[in-house]
Amino acid sequence: MLETYWDPVWLTLKLATTTTLLLLLVGTPIAWWLARTEHWLRQPIAAIVALPLVLPPTVLGFYLLLVMGPEGWVGQLTQALGIGLLPFTFEGLVVASVIYSLPFTVQPLQNAFESVGDRFLEVAATLRAAPWDRFLFVAVPLARNGFLTAAVLTFAHTIGEFGVILMIGGNIPGETKVLSVAIYDHVESLEYLEAHWLSAGMVVFSFVVLVTLYALNGKARSGALR
Amino acid sequence: MSASDTICARFRCAFPGFTLNVDLTLPGTGITALFGHSGCGKTTLLRCMAGLHSADGTMTVLGEPWQTPRTFLPVHKRPLAYVFQETHLFPHLNVRKNLEFGYRRIPAAERQISFDDAVRWLGLETHLTRMPAGLSGGERQRVAIARALLTSPRLLLMDEPLSALDKASKQEILPYLERLRDALAIPIVYVSHSTAEVARLADHLVVLEDGKVVAKGPMRETLSRLDNPFRLDDDAGVLLEGTIAELDDHWHLARVDFKGGSLWLGRDNGMQPGDQVRVRLLARDISLALERHADQSIQNLIPATIDRIEPDVTPGISIVRLLAGPTPVLARLTTRAVDQLALAPGRPVWMQIKSVALAD
Repeated sequence: MLETYWDPVWLTLKLATTTTLLLLLVGTPIAWWLARTEHWLRQPIAAIVALPLVLPPTVLGFYLLLVMGPEGWVGQLTQALGIGLLPFTFEGLVVASVIYSLPFTVQPLQNAFESVGDRFLEVAATLRAAPWDRFLFVAVPLARNGFLTAAVLTFAHTIGEFGVILMIGGNIPGETKVLSVAIYDHVESLEYLEAHWLSAGMVVFSFVVLVTLYALNGKARSGALR
Repeated sequence: MSASDTICARFRCAFPGFTLNVDLTLPGTGITALFGHSGCGKTTLLRCMAGLHSADGTMTVLGEPWQTPRTFLPVHKRPLAYVFQETHLFPHLNVRKNLEFGYRRIPAAERQISFDDAVRWLGLETHLTRMPAGLSGGERQRVAIARALLTSPRLLLMDEPLSALDKASKQEILPYLERLRDALAIPIVYVSHSTAEVARLADHLVVLEDGKVVAKGPMRETLSRLDNPFRLDDDAGVLLEGTIAELDDHWHLARVDFKGGSLWLGRDNGMQPGDQVRVRLLARDISLALERHADQSIQNLIPATIDRIEPDVTPGISIVRLLAGPTPVLARLTTRAVDQLALAPGRPVWMQIKSVALAD
């Protein structure tokens, strides 16, 4: 009984952590580019990044299912590489979550990088800092609030995912059955007590996350930055 | 001047509103002021020199090419330092870490200015552990200057470092800048629109107007030239270099001797006989008389000869260039006064100098 409770929780945390870490790696260069470029592709790329915000998760899940399926080009690639097919696996969920949560990482980071502005980077350049050096030791520390917001939002958003997961992950215990899907299952089978435990846990968790985020942001705002 | 001890800057670039078109050879020592009204392109020129703007042109510093038509050394590879108007200290680093930022990024063998020296010169000993947000404007600018010096630059560029400061903070910084000018062999290009700052600090003057150089040369000569399109209006004047010759305790005055005369001015506590000082005489503070009138309040009466008379940019006003001995002085009079006194070149007159102040 206890295991059926904890399995989805554990799986959800694992998925959210993996997704957040991967997205910080992928999202940072995209956000940096969007914040600094004047290239004509800037608007189209920004729109693509924001698409998951407006698309119904089922639409996203449907196309991911097709692309990663045996007939899709990603599916054929993964098969050729000997990885097999991604749908209905944990790895498939990670790929879907990375795409689905992309704007929640990129947008706060982009805003943070934009508010760092050019001048501090120019100052750093006149103090002999090469481009990478400027990014790591000036831009990243000055944008640390953005990183914090991006990480928390991505993590929380991934935990709340439902539609995309149902579309490409199904409902396999221990592999793809995350919290939101587990709650749905319990409700379907009229197990309201179990659904209550998990749902109330989510409410408390989400509340704590948001309060922490606001507190940290408020502290940083009144702190060192002038 | 050979190429190895000058700074050659040649840029041509169109910007919204004006075209920068300069071809300058600047001395490799002392402070060169880039002077002009806002929007004349002086900051843009400084940014081009630093490589922060990429304009077509060439930039050679003490024999090292930084920019040629085919090459462009990126900013971080140029041995320069830049002091910005808004200091832009890194807000996430304390004063010590700010100072070390550039210092740690140059090879130890190239460090000609030691950390402790820079801290001492700018009086930062007690501030090292503070955060920038807690510093006053003057303190912040001192940290920015020390941070720049700690890269042991071969050229120091300063973009209106005092203009964001209040009067008291300016007075706080100026002595530090003078000390640096006298102690270091680093050429400094100093952008400013303040005649007072330029008069006090600069050895060399470049006047920009609308992206073009309209006057340049050693400070004193350039300031006193009548054909100088240096449109100062009310601020026209000259700079005299003199020596404190006498201190009068009773009237609390000091006498400054210069080639061609002497002036009395209010003494201050720091003055010692023999000190070299710069005195600024504004054209609007000088009136002329044909005879010496002793029965009046003005203390400084100096004989001089009229050299030339030119109309000012303001209608009805003339600028008279006089020679007191070898020293040129400018006076600003109404054209009617010039006419009534029948002033003409060659005529001896008495200059009545209403106020005299040390350049600051």
